Amino acid sequence: MDRPLVGVLALQGGFEAHSRVLRGLGAQVREVRVPGDLEGLDGLVMPGGESTVMSLGIEREGLAEPLRALAGAGTPILGTCAGLIVLDREHLGLMDLVARRNAFGRQVRSFEADLDFAGLEGGPLRAVFIRAPWIDEAGADVALLAEVDGHAVAAQQGNLLAVAFHPELDDDARVHERFLELVRGRGGA
Amino acid sequence: MRDEGTFRVKAGHAEMLKGGVIMDVVTPEQAVLAAAAGAAAVMALERVPADIRRDGGVARMSDPTMVRGIQEAVSIPVMAKARIGHFAEAQVLQALEVDYVDESEVLTPADDANHIDKWAYTVPFVCGATNLGEALRRIGEGAAMIRSKGEAGTGDIAEAVRHLRRIGGEIRRLRALDDAELATAAKELAAPLDLVRGVAADGKLPVVLFCAGGIASPADASLVMQLGAEGVFVGSGIFKSSDPEMRARAIVEATTHFSDPERVARASEGLGEAMDSLETRALAEGQLLAGRGW
Repeated sequence: MDRPLVGVLALQGGFEAHSRVLRGLGAQVREVRVPGDLEGLDGLVMPGGESTVMSLGIEREGLAEPLRALAGAGTPILGTCAGLIVLDREHLGLMDLVARRNAFGRQVRSFEADLDFAGLEGGPLRAVFIRAPWIDEAGADVALLAEVDGHAVAAQQGNLLAVAFHPELDDDARVHERFLELVRGRGGA
Repeated sequence: MRDEGTFRVKAGHAEMLKGGVIMDVVTPEQAVLAAAAGAAAVMALERVPADIRRDGGVARMSDPTMVRGIQEAVSIPVMAKARIGHFAEAQVLQALEVDYVDESEVLTPADDANHIDKWAYTVPFVCGATNLGEALRRIGEGAAMIRSKGEAGTGDIAEAVRHLRRIGGEIRRLRALDDAELATAAKELAAPLDLVRGVAADGKLPVVLFCAGGIASPADASLVMQLGAEGVFVGSGIFKSSDPEMRARAIVEATTHFSDPERVARASEGLGEAMDSLETRALAEGQLLAGRGW
C-alpha cells in the first residue's frame, strides 16, 4: 500500500488542511460527503469543525451506519477536535470515551502548547487547541496518549485514533504519520 | 509554555468554519434555530442589515446583554460586530469573550482613516474586502479571516460576485509576475509586499476567505462557493424569509454540496418567499455600505 486511499469527511470544517498534510505524506485523498464516497477507503479522517454541524450532516446524509460499518471492518480512523467528539459514546459511539465540548473555554482561551505524546519519537509535539474538547471519561480498552492540565487530549482504541487538537495546522506531521502507519499496517496484514 | 491568541490559533479557528454557514441572529431563539439548522457560527446583532438599512441613523455594537443571551443559548461560536476603527467596541467584545469580532462596514464607521490594530487582541477578527489590496491591508493589520463585503441587507448577490471575482482575478494576475513586478504590484495594491509575495506563491490568501453580502438562496451559496469562497455569511437572507428554518437548512446543504447541482436543486425546493430584496444598482450612493473602509 504505497499510496493508501484516505477519505476526509468534508461536510464542514478543517478538511482541506488534513488533505494537504495527507497528500504531503504520499496518500491519495478523497473528500467524503455521501455514503458512496466511503467505498474502498483504506482510512478516514474526521476533521475539526463544529461537531453540531457535522452530526447534523451525518444524519442528513445517512452516514452514521456506513461509518460504523467502516470502523467495524477495522479501517483506521483519525478524529481531530470535533472529529473526536463525533467518535465518542454520545455521538457515533465508535470509541468508548466521553468528550466534553469546548472544555478549555471560548476562542479567547484557545492556545498552543508543547505536548508529550506517548509513543511519538522526536520530543514534544506543538499542539494547537481551538475551542477544544477534552476527554472526561474513557473505558478500559482506550489508551490515553497525552494530557493538558491533567485532562486527557489524545486516545487510541484499536484502529481508532483521536486527538483534541489540530495536528493538521502544524508543520509537524507525526500524528498523521502515526495514523498512516495504522493504515499501511492493516494493508500489509 | 501555553500561548493564547497566536495568529495560528486565530486563523486556525476560521479553518474550522470552512464549508460552513455563519448566520445573523438577533435573539437567543433565532440562535437556537440557526444552530439546529446547522449554522457553523452565529453573528449576534441587534438588527440585521436589512433593518439597519431601513432604519438609518448610527449603527453601533450590540448591547452586551443581548450578546450574552445568545452565548448562553448556543454552544457554537458567537461572533459580534464592531464599528470600523472603533477599538473600544472591540475591547468590549473581547471582554465578553465573543469568538470572533467582525470589524464591519454594516455598522457606521467610527474612524475615517484607520482600521483597528487587530494584532493587539487575543480575539480574532474578520474583515470585509472588495478587492485584493483591501484584503491584504486588513490581514496586515491582523485580520485572521476575510469576507467579501457584497452589499449587505439587499438580497442582491451581484456585489458579492463582483468582489469575489475581483479578488480571485487579482490573485491569478499576481501568479504571472516576477519579483520586480511583484514589488510594483504591492505598490499598486497598497498592500504589504511580503503578503503580496505569499499570495503570488500560494495562489490564495493566507487566511480563510468567506463570502458575505446578498446571499438569499441555496443557489447563491453554490455560486459564491464555486467562485472561490470557502464558506458563507448569511445576514438578512434567513430570518427575513418566509420560512427561516427550512431556508437555513437548505443553505447549509447547498454550501456543503455546492458543486453538485442536483443536491442544490433538491435543497432549493419549496422554500417559500426569499427576503424582500433591493437591487443594488437602484440604490443611491449614500445608501451603499461596501465603500466604507479604506
